[in-house]
Amino acid sequence: MKIAVLVKQVPGSESVLPILNDETWVDESLVSFIMNPPDNFAIEEALLIKEKAGEGEVVIVSMGPDRVKKTIKEGLAKGADRAIHLEEDGQIETDPLSISKSFSTVLKEENFDLIFTGLQSDDTGMGQTGVLLGEMLGYSTATLAMETDVQSDSIRVKRELESGWFQWVKLPMPASISIQSGLNTPRYPSLKGIMGAKRKEIKSIPVSEHRVGSKMQTIEKVFIPQTSKQTEMIEGDADSVATRIVEILKTDLKVL
Amino acid sequence: MDNLFFTNEHIMIRNMVREFADSEITPVAQELDELGKFPRDLVDKMGELGLMGILIPEKYGGAGLDMVAFATAIMELGRADASVAITMTAHSSLGSLPILMFGSEEQKNTYLPKLASGEMLGAFGLTEPDAGSDAGATKTKAVRDGDEYVVNGGKIFITNVGEAGVLSFTSQVVENGENLGIAAFTIPTNTEGLEIGPKEKKMGWRASDTRQLFFKDMRIPASSILGTPGEGFKTFMKTLTSGRVSIGALSVGTAVGAYERALAYSKEREAFGKSIHKFQSVGFKLADMATKIEASKLLVYHAAWMKDQGLDITKEAAMAKLFASETAMEVTTEAIQVLGGYGYVRDYGVERFFRDAKILEIGEGTSEIQRLIISREIIKDVQV
Ligand SMILES: Cc1cc2nc3c(=O)[nH]c(=O)nc-3n(C[C@H](O)[C@H](O)[C@H](O)COP(=O)(O)OP(=O)(O)OC[C@H]3O[C@@H](n4cnc5c(N)ncnc54)[C@H](O)[C@@H]3O)c2cc1C
Repeated sequence: MKIAVLVKQVPGSESVLPILNDETWVDESLVSFIMNPPDNFAIEEALLIKEKAGEGEVVIVSMGPDRVKKTIKEGLAKGADRAIHLEEDGQIETDPLSISKSFSTVLKEENFDLIFTGLQSDDTGMGQTGVLLGEMLGYSTATLAMETDVQSDSIRVKRELESGWFQWVKLPMPASISIQSGLNTPRYPSLKGIMGAKRKEIKSIPVSEHRVGSKMQTIEKVFIPQTSKQTEMIEGDADSVATRIVEILKTDLKVL
Repeated sequence: MDNLFFTNEHIMIRNMVREFADSEITPVAQELDELGKFPRDLVDKMGELGLMGILIPEKYGGAGLDMVAFATAIMELGRADASVAITMTAHSSLGSLPILMFGSEEQKNTYLPKLASGEMLGAFGLTEPDAGSDAGATKTKAVRDGDEYVVNGGKIFITNVGEAGVLSFTSQVVENGENLGIAAFTIPTNTEGLEIGPKEKKMGWRASDTRQLFFKDMRIPASSILGTPGEGFKTFMKTLTSGRVSIGALSVGTAVGAYERALAYSKEREAFGKSIHKFQSVGFKLADMATKIEASKLLVYHAAWMKDQGLDITKEAAMAKLFASETAMEVTTEAIQVLGGYGYVRDYGVERFFRDAKILEIGEGTSEIQRLIISREIIKDVQV
């Protein structure tokens, strides 16, 4: 069983997010980065599957500049066997389609049985990479797995639907699956794991060698939403107040 | 500061212990303190993570890490809960190190793997009712009888001993009627003739296990001795040097825990129409707290780093312990002041740090004893 886990490094929820003067991105030199929290669950699920099978390999796959090595090492310290780092220099890619294309060219030869991702990244929150990559590689795909059950050449997955509904689906392997947060309890890296991570392989591949096609998406502007408070005191008798409220809900707020 | 003494692995260790402490220890710290409940589950979890064997070499099942890593882990644990931190600290620097440093291969193989995994806790008995700072006044006596020693006496204020599987202790040694001085021994805690008293009721470190113990005609094999007779006192004194660095680290953790709470509170709390942090007397108080914590941290890491370089740290360890513990007392006192009445009541968790801080100026050598050590060390270099 060979499992890839796509892991992203994102700004921590407590980090400052200073926006660059040209409003294209945040000033990364001031941001404190962490492993995308949902990816922890994907790593844990992969490790559990490997441990249950008693054999196999868990490979951390990450794209980003040199700084993401720190996050990769965390995955290795938790117990992954090796890592592939698609190293970016300069502007980081934010278009999920371009990212997935780069991943697909690099991961093709690896012939993974499973590719896991977190349900989405906490920065841009697109939640597309795993599915796009699965499609490109010709894998079966599913999202939001709440439970996994690996069989000989297929995997059963319990998916979370809307309104408290669930669905069991059976996917032939290879498969690319996004993992819902909370389905397991991610482990802490042990001291032995941390020290052992030093000796594990991180294969660095420059992304520039694997950029495919042109971008489908670019970020126009990054800004902090303007918040404004407007209060209108409605006076008059009950009927005229009610009429005014309905009018606001219909025309100003457009919720009716 | 982050990279002065740290490798990437040290940073990963710090992050791991901080995450563990934030999610597993902080939520239960208040309750453990209130109930005086020994944190058995947390000890097991720390064992799984390798924290209980952090200093024990890999060949005995430990993580084989250095003092800088040890100090980092203690600071992060102490920032959440001093009782949990001292349980791990005493287990490592007092319970395990003497066996590692002076034990025979047989003693090491018997105890170290179990101590490293956390399956067995370690304790260390030096203090007696009439021998505290003056540890040389030890009255406990081990009299040689064939292949055995017969031990009588007792120890007081011994951390972990009610939960421990192994105890090291100091005792006078008498062979053929001749007093050979003080030696150290290591025994399993289920040895017949070892009686362990009830848990002390304490001001702080309430979840940590502290007890008195008695040796009543306790017969132990001659092979229980650590090192050679007559060397025991030096043995234990050497152990205390590393112990001081670890109490320094725990002092930093204790101070940081209270300081961070006070800092956050000072921003949220408003009085006279503004956040209290904007009052200079509050803001400057926090500035002093932060500065002293930073200085303590540097002293502790520097002593730890020197130890890792194989240098003598008699003076540096005493300075680190002295300054950091007095800083912890000061910072926790001022943290309560910043919170006002909310600092004094239990719900806000700051008074716990204050109660936990006082012992840091007493255990493993009082402040007075640290000053004595420092004053003796600094005068050595003066040639007149
Ligand atoms: C919670 C807790 C946990 C402990 N854990 C352990 C443990 O695991 N193992 C262990 O062996 N011990 C342990 N101890 C004991 C601790 O190390 C001693 O309490 C400490 O060394 C002080 O000894 P004492 O209490 O006898 O005080 P004393 O030595 O009687 O000191 C009383 C006062 O006199 C001062 N004084 C004494 N001698 C001098 C001097 N020469 N110059 C100036 N002033 C002096 C002291 O500084 C102090 O202020 C623990 C104590 C506590 C409270």
